Amino acid sequence: MLLIHCPYCDQTLPEAEFAYAGEAHIARPEDPSQLSDEEWRDFLFIRSNLKGPHFERWRHVHGCARFFNAVRDTVSDRFLLTYRAGEPRPDLSTPEAAQ
Amino acid sequence: MMTSQTHDFTADAGARVRIEALAPVARFSLRVRAAGRPVLGRALGCDLPDRVGETARAGGRVALCLGPDEWLIQAGEDEADAIARAGADAYAEAPHALVEISDREVSFRVSGPAAADLLATNCPRDLDRLAVGGATRTVFDTAQVVLWREADDAFRLDVWRSFAPHVRALLEIGQAEIAAGL
Repeated sequence: MLLIHCPYCDQTLPEAEFAYAGEAHIARPEDPSQLSDEEWRDFLFIRSNLKGPHFERWRHVHGCARFFNAVRDTVSDRFLLTYRAGEPRPDLSTPEAAQ
Repeated sequence: MMTSQTHDFTADAGARVRIEALAPVARFSLRVRAAGRPVLGRALGCDLPDRVGETARAGGRVALCLGPDEWLIQAGEDEADAIARAGADAYAEAPHALVEISDREVSFRVSGPAAADLLATNCPRDLDRLAVGGATRTVFDTAQVVLWREADDAFRLDVWRSFAPHVRALLEIGQAEIAAGL
């Protein structure tokens, strides 16, 4: 079982308490009615589907119930880091992010 | 001819670990922003801890911090009306949501030298890291529970009513296995 660090509980806890919630840092368009059908389709459905470090949302659903963001390597399934929702996307090349 | 052998697991099942259903208590779910936390703590007569998993007790009332803005309040069954009134009186000063959930959950106590072993059959948490007096929301099998550690060898499980028969049955299977030395 994976162990995931919850940035709100500040504890590393078993995966069974968490739920995956899709790719992170996808901002909802300010005014959806101004978008073309293609742009709206891209917002709703088109995701990056990366191989390697992937920024994604998780929810500590059976714990503090908060959404947060995580960087997970989609090849090794290793969690590189987690951070609170609303914080800027971390730069993975900095030393503290690499820890 | 088919034969069947019936094991009597119940005879000595309580020696290593006991499972009891507990009497009803008043339960409330409280959601309030950080600014209103001291106001609600005063109104309810019990401090609201600000770290997830911490509990505070005062005058028979217990407050457990479940999330950054969420608390579980428990008290004697006859205090439910007083708690609801205290919340309503503090509403103008600190807007919040205080919802009575007394009937949503039932509680089980699991105690005895093998209590942690029994819970570990279905709970993924590292129970050694749950301090005495602390509590946490977690899962038991797939049912969400609030797990309280009352002593080194005594735990309490608050289970949603509809999941309670399932959780109880799993606990009793584990209890029989422990009694049988498995």
